Amino acid sequence: MADKMELREVEVWDGNMAASQALRQVQIDVVAAYPITPSTPIVENYGSYLANGYVDGEFVMVESEHAAMSGCIGAAAAGGRVATATSSQGFALMVETLYQASGMRLPIVLNVVNRALAAPLNVNGDHSDMYLGRDSGWIQFDAYNPQHAYDLNFIAFKVAEDHEIRLPAMVHQDGFLTSHTAQGVKTIDDDTAYNFVGEFQPMNDMLDLDHPVTHGVQTEEDWHFEHKARQHNDLMTKVFPKIEAAFDDFEKLTGRRYNIVETYNMEDADAAVVCMGTSVETAIEVSNEMRGEGKKVGVIGIRVIRPWPHAQIEEALKGIKAIGALDRSSPNGTFGMLYNELAGTVVNSAERKVLTNYVYGLGGRDLTKVHVREIFAELLANAEAGKPTTPLQQLIGVRGPKISFH
Amino acid sequence: MDNNGWNDFEIGAMLRSFDGAVSDIATTLQEDRPYSKANSFTASVADWRIEKPVFNKDYCIDCQFCWIYCPDISIISRDKKMVGVDYDHCKGCGICVEVCPTNPKSLLMFSEQEDEDKALAGWPEKEKKEK
Repeated sequence: MADKMELREVEVWDGNMAASQALRQVQIDVVAAYPITPSTPIVENYGSYLANGYVDGEFVMVESEHAAMSGCIGAAAAGGRVATATSSQGFALMVETLYQASGMRLPIVLNVVNRALAAPLNVNGDHSDMYLGRDSGWIQFDAYNPQHAYDLNFIAFKVAEDHEIRLPAMVHQDGFLTSHTAQGVKTIDDDTAYNFVGEFQPMNDMLDLDHPVTHGVQTEEDWHFEHKARQHNDLMTKVFPKIEAAFDDFEKLTGRRYNIVETYNMEDADAAVVCMGTSVETAIEVSNEMRGEGKKVGVIGIRVIRPWPHAQIEEALKGIKAIGALDRSSPNGTFGMLYNELAGTVVNSAERKVLTNYVYGLGGRDLTKVHVREIFAELLANAEAGKPTTPLQQLIGVRGPKISFH
Repeated sequence: MDNNGWNDFEIGAMLRSFDGAVSDIATTLQEDRPYSKANSFTASVADWRIEKPVFNKDYCIDCQFCWIYCPDISIISRDKKMVGVDYDHCKGCGICVEVCPTNPKSLLMFSEQEDEDKALAGWPEKEKKEK
């Protein structure tokens, strides 16, 4: 039996500590990990909780991130509560196994501390790794600060392990900006936190020897499509109601409210930025300041990236005339992911909306309040003109001549 | 099962080996196990074999080497007596022939199309040991 840990009502934790405490509180059975900056402390802390008797579980030190996720897949198929953490190149090496995990419907929780992808090598935060995972069939939650990183882990387990869902989930946080920045985090006591997620309920586990099952089967053109269709259907129709229910339960328990799409200052707004991670908090601050100046600007934060919250975003964007999609990942030859996804969401709406794309913050480059203020000013001009007054895609915060496209 | 739609099967590309619960499966003979239709025991998974092992019981000493070494459980043996080869699952790897200790061997590889009686009729003689 694991020892309990006494937590203060508010602890000063960075995002990594917050995530690792959540993993301890839900009593992960197996963590298979190959630590990588900036996510290292998550699995390192889990290892120390385990060694000190605060978790009944297994820490499996493996030889690569590919093996880490493979170990998680094996442990999850065997019938355990499983989690790990990674970043950047490590995430890239995991990609092949991410598809295995989701296709096998194994409810693994992966904490991704977002970091840029080389080359050039860079340990700081941008969303390249997060974007890389978006077609992998996982549920993706995004935290904007350490409190979210803590809370969303509980939500992730509750949704992922539900027998109607059985899909793995990622909890994203920004490398260093969230993962290594200590803030006050409101805690939940050990018993309450564990009971919120509940005891792990195995499903088709390999260790049920009375009902032997084959996991990891091969299907060709005769069956593959049906399995993928089922997975896609479940992502599209079953996940959001479960997330809503988990958010409601969590609010009842803690008073903290999460939404699939977070909206700030969106009532009667003319222009809005759509962004993720720590940038949401920067944008909110600027929006508050500009509201004080009579400028009708709002902020939309994407809380759930996959499944893509089409209906929720459509609703949030009602009446908005100009939208700025802020992508913290190099699109490498096209528009940013958020621009393309938002275009797909708004293109059939009756209202005309002007949509433009800003690529920012690569490799941990700061997004300053001045940047966001300039973006809002351009978006308000677009709203006024009813058409783009700037190039459709601009790179901001980069040295050298102005760089923009289309 | 063959024509099920996307909403008609269990999630996870997971297959059940047996219909219902089983117990003591290790001591139950294959033909007595409640294999499910999804289990490959009931399917032929050997159609790409190009060479097959042919069994000649005249020379077999029931040592069970082939049964132990076969990677696909395709040697049929009952009460420690060699019965034959399961051609629905044998891939034709030839390991059984390789490990067969008799002289001449009791298992030999032949072309997939070779007639079994013809193969047995042309079985090689015992090789004399060189002094």
